[in-house]
Amino acid sequence: MHNITPYSSPAYFIYLTVLLLPIMVGLFFGKRFRWYESIATLIILSITFFGDKSLQGVSLIFYILFEMLIIFSYLKYRRNENNKNSFWIFTSAVILAIVPLVFVKLDPLLKNATISLFGFLGISYLTFKSVEMIMEIRDGAIKEIKVTDFLRFILFFPTISSGPIDRFPRFQKDVLNIPSRDKYMEMLKGGTNKLMLGLVYKFIIGYFFGTLLLPKVSILALSYRGETPLGLSWALVAYMYVYSMYLFFDFAGYSLFAVAISNFMGVNTPMNFKRPFQSVNIKDFWNRWHITLSFWFRDFIYMRLMFFMMKKKLIKSRITMANIGYITLFLIMGFWHGETWYYIVYGIFHATAMITNDAWLRYKKKHRKQIPSNKFTKAFAIVLTFHVVCFSFLIFSGFLDKLWF
Amino acid sequence: MDTKEEKIISILQDVTGLDNVGSNPDEDLFADGILDSMATVEVLVTLQDEFGIQVPVSEFDRSQWSTVNKISARVAELE
Repeated sequence: MHNITPYSSPAYFIYLTVLLLPIMVGLFFGKRFRWYESIATLIILSITFFGDKSLQGVSLIFYILFEMLIIFSYLKYRRNENNKNSFWIFTSAVILAIVPLVFVKLDPLLKNATISLFGFLGISYLTFKSVEMIMEIRDGAIKEIKVTDFLRFILFFPTISSGPIDRFPRFQKDVLNIPSRDKYMEMLKGGTNKLMLGLVYKFIIGYFFGTLLLPKVSILALSYRGETPLGLSWALVAYMYVYSMYLFFDFAGYSLFAVAISNFMGVNTPMNFKRPFQSVNIKDFWNRWHITLSFWFRDFIYMRLMFFMMKKKLIKSRITMANIGYITLFLIMGFWHGETWYYIVYGIFHATAMITNDAWLRYKKKHRKQIPSNKFTKAFAIVLTFHVVCFSFLIFSGFLDKLWF
Repeated sequence: MDTKEEKIISILQDVTGLDNVGSNPDEDLFADGILDSMATVEVLVTLQDEFGIQVPVSEFDRSQWSTVNKISARVAELE
C-alpha cells in the first residue's frame, strides 16, 4: 500500500469517515473516547506514513522523540525555581528544535541523500508547534505538559501535514472540554459547510486551474524562452494569474478540510484564509492569507524582535526598527520555504512591499485632507494589492527559474 | 496622581498619536486598527516601564488586551 497524502484521494476520505464516526457519535452524547481517539490517530498516521515508504514513519517517530526530549527538558528547567530564565538556554532549546528542519531544508542544496532520511511530510508544521511550545514555556504561558497532551497536540491528524498551525494552550481548551449538544451541532453544521466548500475549492476550481489550465499556459509561456527579452509574453502574465488561482484554491481547499475535520472532533482549529484577494493593502493581505503562519511569524519573530530592540534601545527610530523587523521576518519565511533564489527573492519582495506600504500609510496620515478616499480609491487599492500579490506568487512559483536559467 | 485608566489612555495616545483614543474604554483597539503589532509592542514596553510589571510577549493574548478596560484589568493583575 502507498503512503496516502491526507485529503488527496477518495480512499483517504473513506478511511476518515469510518474512523470519525465513533468520535462523532460520542461527542453527540457528550463523551470523548480518549482511547479510541488515540487508536484512530495511530491508524490514520499509519496510512499516511507507513505505506510503501515506511522510512517516513520511522523519521516521524525519531523526530517526535527528539522534540519531546528538548521540550520536556526545557520545561523541567523552567519549573525549577532556582533556575534563572536564561536567554542562552532558551535560545539553545529553540535552535535544537529547528535542527532537524534545517537539515531537511538544506538537503536540496547539499545534494546529500543521507540527509533526506530525516524528512517526512509535515515536518515544518510540527516544528512550528514545537518552537511555539518552547517560547510559551519561557514566557510562563505553558506551565505544565503531560506526555499524552503533548502527543495529542503534535500528532493531531487533521492538521498534521500542512496546518493550520494551532497553539498548545488554545488546543488544550478545546480537547479538555466537551461541547454542549447545541454547540456541537453548530460545529457539525459549520464543519460540513467547510468540507463541501473545500471539495469545490480543491477538487473542482483548484483542479481546473492547476491540472487542466496550468500545464497549457506553462508550455505556451516557455515557448517564448529566448524569443523575447527575458522570455516575457502575455502567456507569462496568464501563467501568473492561473498559478495564483491554483495556489489559493488548492491550499484554501486543503485548509478547509483540516478545519472541518477538526470541527467534527470538537476542536475549533483556527481558519487559514479570509478572502485574501479582497485585501486593501499588503499588510491587510498578510492578515488574510495563510493566517496561522503569518500570525506565528508575527507573534514569535516580529513582535519578539521589536520587544527586544525597544527594551535594549538598540535603535532609536521606530520606522527603522519596524523595517528591520519586516526584512528579518520575510527573509526567514523565504528561507523556510526552501533554499532557492526565488523563495528568497519572494521574501525580499514582500518585505519591500510592507516597507513601502508603511511609508505610504504614514504619508496618507499626514496628508489626509488632500488624498481622496472613496469607493473608487478602495477598488483601485484592491486591484493593485491583488496584482502585487500575484506577481509575488509568480516569483514564488519558480517558473521564472525555468524560463530564465 | 493619575488613575490607572488615565495613565493607560495617555500611553495609548502617545503611541498612536490619536487624541480620541480611550473616549470609549470598551472600544476594540485591534479590530478598529488603532494598534498594529509595532504599536502594541510600544504600548507593552511602556506599560512595563510605567507600572514595573512583566508582560511576556507570547502570553499576550490579544483578546485579553483589546480594550482600555481590559488592559487596566490585566495591569492590575500583573502588578
